[in-house]
This record gives sequence, structure tokens and C-alpha cells, in this order.
Amino acid sequence: MKPGFLAKNPSVLTFLLVLAIFTLAITFLSDAYGSGLVSTSMVKTLGKTLCLCLIAIAMDLIWGYTGILSLGHFAFFGLGGYMVGMWLMFARTRDIVLASAGGALPMTPQELSDAIASQIFGVVGASELPTVWAFAGSLPAQLALVVLVPGLLAFVFGWLAFHSRVTGVYLSILTQAMTLALSLYLFQNDSGLRGNNGLSGLQNIPGIEGAGQDAVSVWFLWASALALALGYMLASFIVSGKFGSVIRGIRDDEARVRFLGYSVESYKLFVFTLTAVIAAIAGALYYPQAGIINPAEMAPIASIYLAVWVAIGGRGRLYGAVVGAAFVSLVSTWFTGGRVPDVNLGFYTVKWVDWWSVLLGLSFVLVTLFAPKGLAGLVDLVQGLRPPRRGGTPLGPDDGSLQEQEAVE
Amino acid sequence: MNHLLEVSGISVTFDGFRAINNLSFSIGTAELRAIIGPNGAGKTTFMDIVTGKTKPDEGRVIWGEKSTNLLKLNEAKIARAGVGRKFQRPTVFEDQSVAENLMMALKANRAPWSVLFWRPTKADHFKVAALAEEVGLGDSLARKSGELSHGQKQWLEIGMLLAQEPRLLLVDEPAAGMTLAEREQTTALLVDLARTRAVVVVEHDMEFVRRLGCKVTVLHEGSVLAEGSLDHVTSNPKVIEVYLGR
Repeated sequence: MKPGFLAKNPSVLTFLLVLAIFTLAITFLSDAYGSGLVSTSMVKTLGKTLCLCLIAIAMDLIWGYTGILSLGHFAFFGLGGYMVGMWLMFARTRDIVLASAGGALPMTPQELSDAIASQIFGVVGASELPTVWAFAGSLPAQLALVVLVPGLLAFVFGWLAFHSRVTGVYLSILTQAMTLALSLYLFQNDSGLRGNNGLSGLQNIPGIEGAGQDAVSVWFLWASALALALGYMLASFIVSGKFGSVIRGIRDDEARVRFLGYSVESYKLFVFTLTAVIAAIAGALYYPQAGIINPAEMAPIASIYLAVWVAIGGRGRLYGAVVGAAFVSLVSTWFTGGRVPDVNLGFYTVKWVDWWSVLLGLSFVLVTLFAPKGLAGLVDLVQGLRPPRRGGTPLGPDDGSLQEQEAVE
Repeated sequence: MNHLLEVSGISVTFDGFRAINNLSFSIGTAELRAIIGPNGAGKTTFMDIVTGKTKPDEGRVIWGEKSTNLLKLNEAKIARAGVGRKFQRPTVFEDQSVAENLMMALKANRAPWSVLFWRPTKADHFKVAALAEEVGLGDSLARKSGELSHGQKQWLEIGMLLAQEPRLLLVDEPAAGMTLAEREQTTALLVDLARTRAVVVVEHDMEFVRRLGCKVTVLHEGSVLAEGSLDHVTSNPKVIEVYLGR
């Protein structure tokens, strides 16, 4: 990144400032490092929200910029979570097993492995460590897998899909099928990842027993904020140069880009794989804060929500995605948490816990129809950037650049 | 053996309909050629085959000094080999500025990694400005190309083609939607371009073809009906029958 990148992209600087102020403010209001005005569970919610903002950036890159409506990015998010969750669970169980055996003769590696396995897999009736847990004892290895497993899956899937020139709604269905298949597979007990129980107890980080959850939650908030900041900078670097021009070109007219000599498939594959990796990193930071991960997290609905966040926030610009994810997921937490008073209409009581999805669906439809720029469009309104409404077809040379409807007026 | 492109014996069938029927065509390294023909004669399909969009059922398409088989390459590779194409309707990236459109078309490495770290040099900015000047958009570099008029978009697309520095230009109805003055400019530009590279113009406006003053190939029902100067082909009784006889 050459100097002057921030100067050329003032929105990045603004974003980083806002994020830094937010993170500091929460730190000074937290239980562990400040006045305690913000509860530990709230800090966790905010930290998780930052992770959702990060995956929203990935979604904006693939959908808003490249025009590929992927409805499967939560599969990568979940896989990232599983990869880090395996280490968390394994390492913690190992500590517990060692502690409970304390004083007795040292265990052989086989005994230790069996003891850990029966602890972790007793719930699904297995007592052997599956092969996929081969590296679970090593943090660096599992962290590498956070990137490698989803990256490889995205690469193979993307290569097959893009090279057969699957586009548009067919590709969306294919990505959705992928996440559904993955989630169904993980639901099976013999998939080696505890079936529908998923991985739990992830909030306890092995090796730092001294620190309480109040401190750990703030550390994760920092880590999530840092990841979001880096992700934002990376994404704006990608979309700012010629690469950004090319992918927006692919979104608007794929064939034309091809005739300019760009290999459209390679670009799609590149963006798809990169965004899968970003999603996986977001997931790896999310699930230790959530404490539990199970295959339901990868259900197709999760990825659809992701598309809704980005659409409401405003696709095609990065801060739009972030604002959308933060706003919708926080409001969603508020509504589904039962903290919004019910509305009594006399003949019917609107319980927001039930009606929230209807409200969300309705706002999605309304935003798509009437405010395609989403919440981020408000920024344009403030700055007074009102592009002329252009409809109809070009009229040809004589009426100049007016479009059909304008010329009628 | 100074042919840049040699198409021989190609045929293509869409659902039983023979769009191209045993067509052969060749063009030199610096030549201007007009292809005319009634609707459905296979003009656009011919261009689709050369640019790799459509694969023919049989026949050969040979390119350049090394006699590359274009049928084995995909669209992007053919474009990189030096075939530029201008579509009938102007297709520019309306959401992006004139400068961005031209910058994207500028001849450079097209691989994702090198594009990601590619940043324009002074020379590139200069080239883009010069190209914009050449197509009369010198003052509009920062404008979104969606705001341009139809004719200006045509010009921008021509500018993008020039930026690609192709060795063969395939131009589909360049004069469509242009004013009289713009048509004259276009003719002059095409004639000028054909001094250094091969240019194929598909057109059914006879007046425009006359102004180009070049060799003409007449297509009919997917094969070559006649070839020669415009006066020669228009005096050909078969051509008269196809164009006027029905």
C-alpha cells in the first residue's frame, strides 16, 4: 500500500476513527476496565456485531461490487468458527483431564487422547478422536486451518461453478445448496464434530484462567475491532484501483469485460475465495464470544440474513455494509430478546418476538423497491448528492444525453 | 502469406438453422474491409465466432504469424491476442468515469494479481488523456460514462478499443445512432486506423460503406455471395437480387 492511500480514501479514515472511538468508549465503560456501565454480555454482543460487520464487508465485496449474490457465505463463517472451536474445546478438555488425574502416574499420550475423546464425544456415543481432530491440540495448526479449510472449499466450489459459467440466480441457488449440504453433513453424529450438539464452552480460553470473562470479552472486542479495521482497509484497497474497476465491470457487463481481455472467471474465483477467507476469520472471532457453535448456524437462512443486512445498509459501498450489519443485527437482538413492548391492538397483541421476521422482511422489500442505496444513501442526501433520475432508453444523437422520460418532461 | 486472420470453411447451426454455411474469409495485416448483407445474413454470428463467443461446428480460424488456432482460445485470450470488438449498441461501464473506462481498457497485464497491485503511472494518465482527446472526450474524463450521450458513448467505446491496441478491429455498425458530422469523423478515423492494422466493419448503410472506399464482402444466408469493390459487388446480379429483388 503506497503512502497517500488514506488521503485518497477519506471514508476509510473516518471509518477507522469511528471504530477506534467506539472501541475505546466501550472499554472505558466495561466491567473489567472501566465504570461497568456496559455489562459483560453487552460487550460480547457488541464484539460479535463487529464480526458480523466484517462478514458483511465480505458480502459487499462479492455481491455489491462483483455482482455475485452468494447465499452461502455463512458456511465459511461457520467453518472458521468450527476450526478455532476444535482447539478451544480440545485444549480445555486436556487441561481438565490432566487436572483431574493430578498426582497420579503420568498418562501415556494414548491414554490422554482417549480420555479427552471420551470427554468430548461421550455425548454422541463415541470414544475415539476422529481424524479431523488430528491437529486440534495445536493452536497454530488450527488457526492455519481457519484460513485453509474454508479457502480451499471456496476455491474448489468456485472453480467448478465459475468455469461452467454458472451465473445469476443459478449460482445463488448453488451456493445455498452448498451451505445446506454442509450443515446437514455436520448434523450427523459421525461427521466427527459432535453432530447437532456442536462445540460448546468456547468462551473459556485455555491458558488464561487468571482472567475473568469480563476481561476476555473486552480483549475479543479489541481483536474483532482490529480484524474489522484491517478487513475494511483491505477491501477498500481492493476496490479502489483498477481491480475495483474490473470487478464492478463484471457486475455490470460480464461479456464486455471478457472482450477487453480479462479472464472473468479468475476474477470471480479470486474474490469468492478471498471473501470466504474473510468470512472464516470473522467466524473464528465470533464463536469464542458466542460460546457455542452448532450446524444450525450454517443453515441457509443465516446467509440470507447476511444479504438482507447488506441490502438494507446499502450495497456497493463498504460502510453501507458495515452500517447495515450493525444496525439490523442489533435491532434484531433487541426485538427478539423480548425487550420491545408488545403492541396491544385490542383484538390482537403483536408480539415482536414473533413478528420481527415479518418486519425485517417488509423493510427488506421496501428498501429494495424505494431506497436501493439503503441506509448509506442517507449520506448522499446529507452531502446533497442527488443524481438525476434516469429512466427509459437513450434517445439517440439528436436529443443528446437526455433519456426518454426526461425528454418528455 | 501475409494474412492476419484466415477463416476457412466454417459452419454453425442453431437448432437446425444454418447461420453460417461454409464461410471463408481472410484479411491482411493492414486492411480495411466492409461486410454487408441483409438481416440474418450471419454478420454478427461471424464476429461471434472470431471473438470466441460462439464455437463453429466445423472449419478453422487461424490467426497471426504463428498461425494460432483461435477456436482453442476463450474470449479473454482472443482479446489478449489482439482482437478488439465494438458492439452494435455502445457498451461502456456506465457506473464508472470515462477515465476509469479507458484505464481498464489500456493495454497491460490482465492477470488478477498484477491488476490488484497495478497503479497508473504518469505515462498511463497521459495516454488516457490523449485517447480521450482523440475521441473528443478530453473535457469529460471525470464524468460518469452513463451521463454521456449515445454518440459520445460510441466514441468512448472506440477510445477503449484503441486503448487495447488491437491488431484486428471488428466494428459492428459504427454509424448507428450518430449524427452526420459524427459519421464523417468515424469514417476518417476508421480509414486512418486501417493504415496500421486490420479493420472489419459490419454495416448495412450503403452510403457509409461507400465513404469508406474499401473492399466489400457481401454475406447472404451464411456464406460469401460476392467480394470486391463496392461498384463491383453492387453491379453483381446476385447481389441485386438479394438486396432489391424480393
